[in-house]
Amino acid sequence: MISILNNVEEACAIVLFGIGFTMLLLNRNLFKKVVGLNIMDTGIYLFLAAMGYIDGHIAPIIVDGRTNPHFYINPIPSGLVLTGIVVSVSVTAMMLALTIRLYKKYRTLDLDKIYAMARESE
Amino acid sequence: MMNKSSNSPFEKWRAGELDMLSGFCETPKKTERPEAGIHYPQRVKDRIAHEAEEREEHLFKTVYKVMSVVFAVVLIAVLLFTITDLPRFGGEHNPTINEVSERYLEKGMEETGAVNIVTGMILDYRAFDTLGESFVLFTATCAVLILMREDKSERTLRKDERSDRLCRLFDDPIVRVSCKTVIPIIMMLGVYILLNGHISPGGGFAGGAIIGAGLILYAQVMGFERATVVFSEKRIKGITVGALVFYCLIKSYSFFTGANHMESIISPGVPGRIFSAGIILPLNLAVGMVVACTMYSFYTIFRRGHLD
Repeated sequence: MISILNNVEEACAIVLFGIGFTMLLLNRNLFKKVVGLNIMDTGIYLFLAAMGYIDGHIAPIIVDGRTNPHFYINPIPSGLVLTGIVVSVSVTAMMLALTIRLYKKYRTLDLDKIYAMARESE
Repeated sequence: MMNKSSNSPFEKWRAGELDMLSGFCETPKKTERPEAGIHYPQRVKDRIAHEAEEREEHLFKTVYKVMSVVFAVVLIAVLLFTITDLPRFGGEHNPTINEVSERYLEKGMEETGAVNIVTGMILDYRAFDTLGESFVLFTATCAVLILMREDKSERTLRKDERSDRLCRLFDDPIVRVSCKTVIPIIMMLGVYILLNGHISPGGGFAGGAIIGAGLILYAQVMGFERATVVFSEKRIKGITVGALVFYCLIKSYSFFTGANHMESIISPGVPGRIFSAGIILPLNLAVGMVVACTMYSFYTIFRRGHLD
């Protein structure tokens, strides 16, 4: 328990990930599934950003020509979060487009009903 | 207060009984085009509805819900247990703080000329990664365009339904006049963040997203007729492809000279100035253009089904 209190940020990230995952499993509405996936992404960003942080250090923008690494936080997770955000935006747009196509065809967002209709039309 | 909330539109929406957007704005009314998509006879529709109802009461549903909650709780518990083994948050000697990041911080400014080490890292040491990201955005735009595209014939058939005049949400003089003041400031902020990516927080992705937001606001308030005068489909395609090709070429030159230990004609310059950091400023510009065009075309395609 004490060790979780040492890593509250990472624990928050895990809880966010779990909330998103539960939304993916429980909601039958396709849009809510997309929202759940985005919440999962947010958890991952928080985890990555937390892994790069160092107490008392500042953002990795060189001040006064000081290049001592014990003055700045880790720049690598920040770059990784950037990559993650871009991929998440693209995946979200793609999934929303597919969802709209499904809605246009079946006039519903309920995954079970779409399955039932697809089976009928086979 | 209590019984009022149980019957409020929000509660109905939460329970799935009410669709807030149905019949409003650009959402087509269900009664207008009931025959869209596949045609089902009434018998089949009844059977589908009956089947769905039957399965609603089925034991499987309950078991599935219970099992997924149990699975999610177990997953969170296992991951939280793993958290307890992680090194302390913010510790200076954590394994993630290793020689790679130290190398970047010590030599980054000297080698790339960028004061912002994150920009120097993603556009110099890891430039291939950023090129891949730009191509991911480009591919997503293409995929969305393929999925959402409406043919010219389809467009004319449904012209009255999807016309911008009907769809415009903010056809309001107050919004128009205030946006005329706000949009130049948004654009200026975007360009500032874009151009200062190597000496302050920001860069291509952040600046491009802000410029894209400004473009979306312009199209929303002034109408697509005026927005497409500046941003036609042809021009968006040209800017995106041109920026990607420019990125490829200039980075290939940089890799070629770097790998063969040749003297590059592009010098890092004096760190901290606007025209410094060698190729990072043009690369930031290229990335920003791709991001802005992607954001704007996502919005336009989802809204209208085509870019021009």
